[in-house]
Amino acid sequence: MREMGRRSESAEHPFKAMPTDEGGACLSSAPALSWATLWGKPTILIERAGQRDLVTAACPVALGLGLRPGMAATHARALVTDLEVRDAEPEADRAWLDRLALHAVSHWTPTACPSGEDGLWLDLSGTTHLFGGEARFCRRLLRFLERLGFTASIATAGTPGAAHALARYGGETITLLPPGAEAQAIADLPLAALRLEPEALASAARFDLERIADLYPMPRAPLAKRLGLATVRRLDQARGLVAEPIIPVVPFEAPHAERRLLEPIGTAEAITQVIADLIDDLVIQLRERGLGLRAAHLTCLVVDGSEQHVAIGTSRATREPKHLKRMLGMRIERIDPGLGIEAMTLTAPRVEELEAQTLEAGLGASGRPPDIAPLVDQLAARIEPDAPFRLSSQESDVPERAVRRVEALAKPSGWPAWKRPVRMLRRPELLSHVVALLPDHPPRRFTWRGTAYRVMAGDGPERIHGEWWRTSQELWAVRDYFRVEAEGGERFWLFRRGDGVDEQTGNLSWYMHGMFG
Amino acid sequence: MVLLSPTSDQPRVTPLATLLAELAQARAVRGPALPFGIPALDERLADGGLSGASLHEVAAAAATLTDDAAATLFIAGIAARFASQADFTAFWALTRFDLYAPGLEQVGLGPDKVLYAQGTSDSSVLAMAEDALRDGSLACVVAEVKSADQTATRRLQLAASDGKTPMLLYRRHRVRDRCPLSGFSSAMTRWRIGCVPSERLPHPGVGRPRWSVELVRQRNGNPFSLPLDACDDQGRLALPAAARDRTATPNGELGAARAASQAA
Repeated sequence: MREMGRRSESAEHPFKAMPTDEGGACLSSAPALSWATLWGKPTILIERAGQRDLVTAACPVALGLGLRPGMAATHARALVTDLEVRDAEPEADRAWLDRLALHAVSHWTPTACPSGEDGLWLDLSGTTHLFGGEARFCRRLLRFLERLGFTASIATAGTPGAAHALARYGGETITLLPPGAEAQAIADLPLAALRLEPEALASAARFDLERIADLYPMPRAPLAKRLGLATVRRLDQARGLVAEPIIPVVPFEAPHAERRLLEPIGTAEAITQVIADLIDDLVIQLRERGLGLRAAHLTCLVVDGSEQHVAIGTSRATREPKHLKRMLGMRIERIDPGLGIEAMTLTAPRVEELEAQTLEAGLGASGRPPDIAPLVDQLAARIEPDAPFRLSSQESDVPERAVRRVEALAKPSGWPAWKRPVRMLRRPELLSHVVALLPDHPPRRFTWRGTAYRVMAGDGPERIHGEWWRTSQELWAVRDYFRVEAEGGERFWLFRRGDGVDEQTGNLSWYMHGMFG
Repeated sequence: MVLLSPTSDQPRVTPLATLLAELAQARAVRGPALPFGIPALDERLADGGLSGASLHEVAAAAATLTDDAAATLFIAGIAARFASQADFTAFWALTRFDLYAPGLEQVGLGPDKVLYAQGTSDSSVLAMAEDALRDGSLACVVAEVKSADQTATRRLQLAASDGKTPMLLYRRHRVRDRCPLSGFSSAMTRWRIGCVPSERLPHPGVGRPRWSVELVRQRNGNPFSLPLDACDDQGRLALPAAARDRTATPNGELGAARAASQAA
């Protein structure tokens, strides 16, 4: 079936749940060099299915002890006392497969995708000669997976269906099938190798059909009637009578623009011009793909082989050329052209979707509020690596902890309307010579920073308890806050440690914490 | 003798009309002024309020932290009134961050209304303020600096009129006993704010804070000074209400003196 122009192979997932009576033995006999065998402790993965936990995978040691995927976890625990049990993570497995598929697309073949939950399909047509032929490529692939900690079995066949069956049920680590031999090669494999539906498998067992070869002599119409049309299609796909295309994964490519220059440039005007051209190129790409840029990276290749890097970030996805040109223009002075720049590359490593937005009908409101995102970017460029920020509330009664910084374009939330000073001391300052009535009167007089103040009026106390869940020191701590006005009109925010009754709550020392205007 | 011939009247009207037109144009360039809503204050200001496209300087009356807080609140109240429309933002640039945002929210400058940036030096703060002014998308720009020479203030004034954005420059005290407003500056108005004792309440407690608001210099107008009640939760100042019962206040002679000075 070479005329299909396709050779496929699939890699075996290490802990694949596999029916015990059909192919499980081949996996247990495979040489597995993983952490489980090195530790020597039997390990199983379990997953909740309805009311009970089922074993989804077992390590070679556990398989040797008689544990099989599909048995109940309690049963497995009863059989083996010293058993390591972990939860199965199908999403993490899927993520690994996706990563492997992406790696395959970028390194081995342009057409690759995950197959099922435990395998990969690689279309090797016309690519294996780059790696010294199919056999060498398969060995190389095995070594690569071994370094990653996976065991795998590889089958190379003319159709994806045959490769799938041979890799999982063939029993050999590497199977290289000559073209046109698919039907014979898979003849002795169990029916499950054909990726049939569970109902089809059940009815096949009723008809005493076990091997794929049993299906070959059967007339097609009764076969389709008894086992379903899908079974016939799978059989034809495995034999190569029906095409089965592999839908390749497409790796995300960051938008990228490059200019190679005829002559090395070194002046700021020339660099500005090239940057403008690069941004125009990049913006066209972004517009076509419906993306907005969050970060851009400019690489300048200098004549002597060194590289100059400049990066910008934006507070919101944008593809406005004028704004981007101004942002990069502010950083031109950081580029050292040396003997001259011969090539410049602009990439957008971080992009977000940016589609057209529906404007509200302009009824009622006179105009939309101005957009401050470009300004935020410009200000951030002035104070790198710092950035403009907003302050938002945090759920805490302790004044120092009630404020946190958030992003400039975030929506902050406000605070309760308790009287608060406009400026706070970085840390509270101890007052001396305090005269105050206990337990809940503001001080009559105090001395702060060498100046004595006589208090004319005061409000309070506002009692703030320590946050016992943070430290044990705050378990009983209490601050009584007072707002006082001194004789000259100065208005202060003071607090006393302790509630004035219970000694555990504080030592009754007074502190200055902030200023009301 | 008083009769004017129509031939001489015609040329005399034209320059006046052109002058008025020029004046109106200059006013339009400066943008609409934001009145304080207090006739005693607005009548004495040349623009009838704070011009929305020029530089205004504010300083504390003394180098104390309480006067500093009063001047900060004065600025925050003005910024809150400039940014009173929904989704308008004020920008606050400073070098040392000791503002307490809940306090600012209580004069109307809520957390969604203000964007902060912390610069490393006065020059970076001034550069940020100029960028923000020229962008023109903000309701108001506030910058706290310790020193700004005439060139810097001139740049800010030009940027403010270009971007049609008001600029409030807070001049912090560098040296004790030396007013930061004493140097040359291109500001449209210069204010000095200090704390004065508030009205005593008939019950224990602190009354509405009161400031001495002093306009040190203004273009096209005279300086003046008057005590005012501090910003409310919308950032509005108020004239102190006359004491209802002067004898009942503990410092009656002080209140009487203030009332006399107010009447004067």
